[in-house]
Amino acid sequence: MATFKINGIEQNLDVEPDMPLLWAIRDELGMTGTKFGCGIASCGACTVHVNGSAVRSCVTPVSAIEGQEITTIEGLASVAAGANPSAPDLSAVQQAWIDHQVPQCGYCQSGMIMAVSSFLATNPNPTDAEIDAGITNVCRCGSYTRVRKAIRSLAIA
Amino acid sequence: MKINRRKFLLSSAIVGGGVLIAYSATRPSKHRQANDELVEGTERYVTSYLRIDPNNEVTVYVPHSEMGQGIHTSLSMMAADELDADWELVNIEQAPAIDLFANSDMITGFAGEFGVPDFLMGLVAVSATTIAQIGNLQTTGGSASIRYTGEAAMRTSGAAAREMLIECAARHWGVPATECTTALSHVHHNASGRSFAYGDLANDAALLEPPENPVLKTPDQFTLMGKPMSRNDIPFKVDGSAQYGLDYHTEDMLYAAIKLAPVFGTKVVSVDGREALVRRGVKRVIELEDSVAVVADSYWRAKEALKLVKVEFEPSENDNVSSADIFAGFDASLADNNGSKDFEQGDAEASFEAADDVIEGNYRVPYLAHAPMEPMNCTVHIQGDKADLWTSTQDPLSMRGRVASIAGLSEEDVTYHFSYLGGGFGRRLPFNWNVIDHATLIAKEFDVPVKTVLSREDDMQQDYYRPAVGSNFKAAFDASGNVLAWHNRYTGPVQTPGAAHIPYAIENQSIRTVDGDTHVPIAAWRSVDHSQQTFFTESFVDEVAHRSGKNPYQFRMDLLQAHPRHRKVLEVAAEAAGYGRNLPEGHALGIAVAESFGSIAAEIAEVSIGADNKPIVHKVTCAIDCGWTVNPDAAAAQVESGIIFGLTASMYGEITIENGRVAQNNFPDYEMVRLATSPDIEVHFVESGEKLGGLGEPATPPIAAAVSNAIYILTGQRIRELPIKNHDFSEGTPIAQV
Repeated sequence: MATFKINGIEQNLDVEPDMPLLWAIRDELGMTGTKFGCGIASCGACTVHVNGSAVRSCVTPVSAIEGQEITTIEGLASVAAGANPSAPDLSAVQQAWIDHQVPQCGYCQSGMIMAVSSFLATNPNPTDAEIDAGITNVCRCGSYTRVRKAIRSLAIA
Repeated sequence: MKINRRKFLLSSAIVGGGVLIAYSATRPSKHRQANDELVEGTERYVTSYLRIDPNNEVTVYVPHSEMGQGIHTSLSMMAADELDADWELVNIEQAPAIDLFANSDMITGFAGEFGVPDFLMGLVAVSATTIAQIGNLQTTGGSASIRYTGEAAMRTSGAAAREMLIECAARHWGVPATECTTALSHVHHNASGRSFAYGDLANDAALLEPPENPVLKTPDQFTLMGKPMSRNDIPFKVDGSAQYGLDYHTEDMLYAAIKLAPVFGTKVVSVDGREALVRRGVKRVIELEDSVAVVADSYWRAKEALKLVKVEFEPSENDNVSSADIFAGFDASLADNNGSKDFEQGDAEASFEAADDVIEGNYRVPYLAHAPMEPMNCTVHIQGDKADLWTSTQDPLSMRGRVASIAGLSEEDVTYHFSYLGGGFGRRLPFNWNVIDHATLIAKEFDVPVKTVLSREDDMQQDYYRPAVGSNFKAAFDASGNVLAWHNRYTGPVQTPGAAHIPYAIENQSIRTVDGDTHVPIAAWRSVDHSQQTFFTESFVDEVAHRSGKNPYQFRMDLLQAHPRHRKVLEVAAEAAGYGRNLPEGHALGIAVAESFGSIAAEIAEVSIGADNKPIVHKVTCAIDCGWTVNPDAAAAQVESGIIFGLTASMYGEITIENGRVAQNNFPDYEMVRLATSPDIEVHFVESGEKLGGLGEPATPPIAAAVSNAIYILTGQRIRELPIKNHDFSEGTPIAQV
């Protein structure tokens, strides 16, 4: 039995301890915002937060997150908003992604947004070099110039 | 989706006959034949793209796949603008995969350019194919959606509907239609101060015959086109709610992981699935002709169990084939065979005999995988004589047809369910059938939905690849260094006629192609032949410029007198990039220009060699003439995307064949440009006002040569083989620049 909280809701899943968190989220819980891209933690499409830190869920067995707090793209805004009922439906990062029209096919962007959200939480005003080192997700459509602009707009704000 | 056809404004999209008949004598006859058939078969589908409801909301049905281009928004802008609709009241829907929305407008658009679209040539080649079948597609590719469907169908549909609404209002008021105007989803009669909302007129308007030649707006009348509009799909893509093919989910569904024959074209000899069958959640081990699948109650369980299946594939004559063998074969063909004519002009042979000097350059590029971010997948649910289909595809109608034929059903009994595509780039076109076929065969064994998924490794090793190509050049010069002749022999197959042609005024040219067929399956890859051919021609033109003793920019400008649009994009790019300025120490600018899919792109790459002796691309400046832009910000995004896609191929892209199979597995050995290696990109649109060109692909071809040409200036090393990562720049020295 795997027990963890996901977007504030406790889940008890009867799955193997070595099942990657990605597949527990997608196939067991039916939450599809978190994406399968490479299966080997290379592309970052599967990025979620474990206790607020970005983690590539495709190589994270459920046994490693027992009892911990998971946030996915679906819960990002509500977690950011906390108990504030008048908070917007989107987090600041998500809104910046709309303002800068970042996504193209969009498949990598759940993971990109999760990675950037965690990154900016620990480094709110990063240099370009820190952005390069901190955000290593693959976007096959090549949205990188807009990703960088969106990050910079958040850093200045 | 239930469609009430009576609610539609039925408007036949009309294109002028002149568009259809313009075939170059240089095209292979089968293309001409197909075009003749196309033109004779002017059977038009009813292109009912607009619905107007009593509440005055307009719904635009977009018959193209959304794979990142923002096409749902751009095509809707075109229809809504001509309709004079209030954008706030416009809904956007993907057109369902039914014959009513087949995309014959795109096909006729291509007919004016070079026959049947390159990615559909397979269909023509195997013909017996009728026009109805070619027309009965819903393909998104060839940078065609806006310039063909948008111009010939969406705008026409909107304009026709607007005229029909005016006609109804004028009749009701008893005034001449010419006294009526439209704005923001209303018809107005200004003289009497009366108005109708479109929603009040739609029922009557739908009873009218659509006008045969609706009048399109001139650009000064546009209210939406040309303005940057936010894309309607982006909100779904930032909150995780956008549904891709892989995201279809039900409680009772099953999942298949599949191992395909690693050497292309071989078959299964034996399967032992006993160890897999005892694993938790595993339902079946299914042996197919060329593969074995494990079906389980989760994809991960299926994938893990598949590792335990013992499968033997038959031996093949290709079991020892390597990339080295393939390129050796290309070299032999190029050396032994004068090939078949692509383009000849003047007398190249005599020019080489009379030349004062000759230079040669032998180029090659490897196979490439498409590697869209969403791994290939297909869910099929067969219930008796009906089936449902979920897959990310660039052609819903042909996927529906394929599933129907494999399942033994009629097309009408297969329902395709819309999803966004996690990237396409050609991988999700018709004829790249491998996951569709397998998913259907597997689903036939169950009465619940079965989702078949290719892992990243499966997809990388079982793609339909961009062809590897070799291209051997010679150029002849007179004693003053003027170029006299251009000679090019390259390996086929030719997927995009004309891609190897050059716009430069070189009097004598001989361009011929030899057979380059191998056992490796190939397909269209973003920009198709242009990505390889532009690397070759724009690199060798650079060699010719340097040998002529001329600056590469000036050399191109001098030989492009007959191509003012090429000159203009070069000028704009050079001005924006500061060509000729004092660059930072160790930086150089490389330049390339190319026309493809109706647009002309010039790119200038600013490059240096880093402390680790690897090239760094700092900035790419692109000037592109696509006529004009419908949604400028989305258009810029397509150019940025095309550059990064081409840059990844230039720097890293390489699929190699070892023992008949693909050696690469996943992103670590098929690396991508990432944020740290992504240059600044500056895009300038040259609004020539010429007819619309494509944008999904034209920015991809020039970048490889632009970067390579800069590296030559920095190191004196001419990149004649991609990817650039395979070259050693530790001992290069800069050339003296002109």
